[in-house]
Amino acid sequence: NGHRFKMSLSAKDKATVKALWAKISPKAKDIGNEALSRMLYVYPQTKTYFSHWSDLTPGSAPVRKHGKKVVAGIGLAVEKIDDLFAGLLTLSELHAFQLRVDPANFRILSHNILMVCAMLFPDDFTPEAHLAMDKFLARVALALSDKYR
Amino acid sequence: MVVWTEFERTTIQDIFSKMNYDIVGQQALARCLIVYPWTQRYFGNFGNLYNAAAIMGNPMVAAHGKVVLHGLDKAVKNMDNIKAAYAELSRHVDPDNFRLLGDCLTVVVAAQLGAAFTPEVQAAFQKFLAVVISSLRRQYH
Repeated sequence: NGHRFKMSLSAKDKATVKALWAKISPKAKDIGNEALSRMLYVYPQTKTYFSHWSDLTPGSAPVRKHGKKVVAGIGLAVEKIDDLFAGLLTLSELHAFQLRVDPANFRILSHNILMVCAMLFPDDFTPEAHLAMDKFLARVALALSDKYR
Repeated sequence: MVVWTEFERTTIQDIFSKMNYDIVGQQALARCLIVYPWTQRYFGNFGNLYNAAAIMGNPMVAAHGKVVLHGLDKAVKNMDNIKAAYAELSRHVDPDNFRLLGDCLTVVVAAQLGAAFTPEVQAAFQKFLAVVISSLRRQYH
């Protein structure tokens, strides 16, 4: 049976996410750094995935470097918003077979991304933008954990 | 028993003393009803909640947002015995919804404080909310 529980985003959701991303992506590096820094600091259990790093403190070099990677992934997801499962296939396999991040942590990182959007772009991060981004990040998380089992 | 550091106490007092409870309460509750629309189940008699604009302009939402923040104020003023502050709260709300409201409150405060909402401040604020929510959950047993 080829049915997949798509939970697709509405046209309005996609438009809202793309518009917000266009506004905030110039600060992509800051968003990545801040979101990851906060995740590691406020939810110390997430540090267990990065025990090989020299420095896990907010704003450290490894955190900034990895923040860039994470945000590039989100940018890719925005690009592939019309088919996240196919568009994020490579990242999905990476998370399933190599990284094996417990999916609970996707929610934690998403929360910090949303919070950092509010912090850096208070006027743009309206309740409607928040709703669309929350839905979008939840579906990105689903796509990333699609191959887990 | 919850142990608070000096930094955490000062941070919580500082954030709430500078906060406009009316505005922040309305913004946090409205955002919660918009982002997590199933939370509207508790507000059947609040009139027009049909869309984001209606929710943002709804006076009953604003009034209840204020009630929520003043309720939080009890915990701010009794950080060493938050459990007692909520001993009499009604048990009609699924406690998980408090977590959703807490997340929206965090977003509103982050928007207000900007760069001042450092990771350390965020950790203190979220710890405070977690303690409040945990004590609310206890009322259900």
